Amino acid sequence: MDAASIHSRLREKFGDKILSAEASVKDPFLVVDAAAIRDICAYLRDAEGLQFDVLTNQSGVDYREQGYIEVVYHLYSYAHRHYAVLKARVPRDAPVLPSVVTVWKAANWLEREIYDLLGVDFTGHPDLRRLLMPEDWVGYPLRKDFVEPEEYHGISTSRESLLR
Amino acid sequence: MSIAGFEVEVDRGGGLETEEMTLNMGPQHPSTHGVLRFVVKADGEVMRRAIPDVGYLHRSIEKISEKVGWHGFMPYTDRVDYVAAMFCNQGWGMVTEKLADIEVPKRGEYCRVIAAELNRISSHLLSIGTMILDIGAITPFFHAFREREKINDLLEELCGARLTYNYMRIGGVAWDLPPGYEESVLAFLSQLEPMLDEFNTLVSDNTLFRGRCAKVATISAEQAISYNLVGPNLRASGVRYDVRRDEPYSVYPELEFDVPIGLGMAGEVGDSFDRYWVRFVEIKESMKILRQCFRQIPAGPVVAKVPRKLKPQEGDAQIRIESARGDMSWYAVSDGSEFPYRCKVRTGSFAAMSIIEELSPGLMLADLVTVIASLDIVAPEVDR
Repeated sequence: MDAASIHSRLREKFGDKILSAEASVKDPFLVVDAAAIRDICAYLRDAEGLQFDVLTNQSGVDYREQGYIEVVYHLYSYAHRHYAVLKARVPRDAPVLPSVVTVWKAANWLEREIYDLLGVDFTGHPDLRRLLMPEDWVGYPLRKDFVEPEEYHGISTSRESLLR
Repeated sequence: MSIAGFEVEVDRGGGLETEEMTLNMGPQHPSTHGVLRFVVKADGEVMRRAIPDVGYLHRSIEKISEKVGWHGFMPYTDRVDYVAAMFCNQGWGMVTEKLADIEVPKRGEYCRVIAAELNRISSHLLSIGTMILDIGAITPFFHAFREREKINDLLEELCGARLTYNYMRIGGVAWDLPPGYEESVLAFLSQLEPMLDEFNTLVSDNTLFRGRCAKVATISAEQAISYNLVGPNLRASGVRYDVRRDEPYSVYPELEFDVPIGLGMAGEVGDSFDRYWVRFVEIKESMKILRQCFRQIPAGPVVAKVPRKLKPQEGDAQIRIESARGDMSWYAVSDGSEFPYRCKVRTGSFAAMSIIEELSPGLMLADLVTVIASLDIVAPEVDR
């Protein structure tokens, strides 16, 4: 199914939960209501003719100037060999949206990584802990306003330049 | 990285006092191929749960991309997966080319495929060699590594490096094939063939090896898809899917090769033996691809004209390539400047690592090593 018909099918089903659609860019995408993301994903996985059975990638992007963090879902269907990209935008100061672990198990670690590096809170996630950074780390390194601390437990994070 | 999972539970039911053991495996365990750690809860020899703890090799490669520019990031991508670095080079090249509308010359694409397939053979040799080593047989490891050394020599001849190649550029590759390269590669391939047969008789039919792998940590197709297992791990579960064939990129549509899947030869479809076997057969498919490449490679330039100060249009793009550890997905966002706004790579090992916790209950403690090795987990790829 091509992007335009996937988009129109979702618009039919979810109406105003689909905020905007872009079909003429390199990877056509939909911007959806963050609160409805789990319902939309569950529908995309199960609906006849869509069957997006795999979440190939889930990334978080911090758009500091626009004031939101975007969580991007790259979906793929092994059954029909088609793609869909969903984007959910959450405000930077209160980034909360439903987890999709119940839809795809792959989301478990992907969401943990986004929580770890961007501080997005996924409600309903079974085990939302830091994944890559130490448990007592302060701050979210992939946010654009992150300032690297001078030291971590007495270990300096910088060193003198070797090029003099 | 965390310390969760160290709470001890004591079960005092049934007269005899038993206690669940909490064991620590890693982060410097030799079978973990890098640095990763498991917190294992065991009831005697049987695991109740193995909780992976990753992050020891987190080098913030994604953050670095935001600081070094589109061209400058290429050598860093090598470090995403240093066992199969060519694929990371290619992934970064392709996602930038998609964003900036750059077309790679045909010869450049063939050079990429030749380098990548050589790298795939070397990565699979390392994977199956160390898998057998971890299980307890030492000899086959040397057979595999002897051949891998020869590939390292070939890749060194191609780009000057043996592990972190930095061979590809945005728009093509850095250098054309050196003179006489075709002969050296074909000579290598023709001596690799009998060696693989020897390896096969030594390992694949070995009763002890089969016994350690058969029906261990079987993954069903549904489970594999839900966890987004990719590449050989997915195919071992019986899903015939290969990005090279099903979402073709580069010059793969012009090449003929088979996509092997797990057949349940030792026990059932999707067990550890099938994952070993799929990798073994894929080496032969890569050899087939290499021979075709040398027959078909056209003359011409190897790299497109790309501005030194590359500023792709605003927007985002995602590409997928079939790395040695399966579908590697690169997502990049450009804000129209010289520096990437965001880059994200989702690798095969990342997905494979996350499934272990679900696979572990009921397995023997010694099988955890088999599971890690059969899923071909390379720790830097998980952490990046």
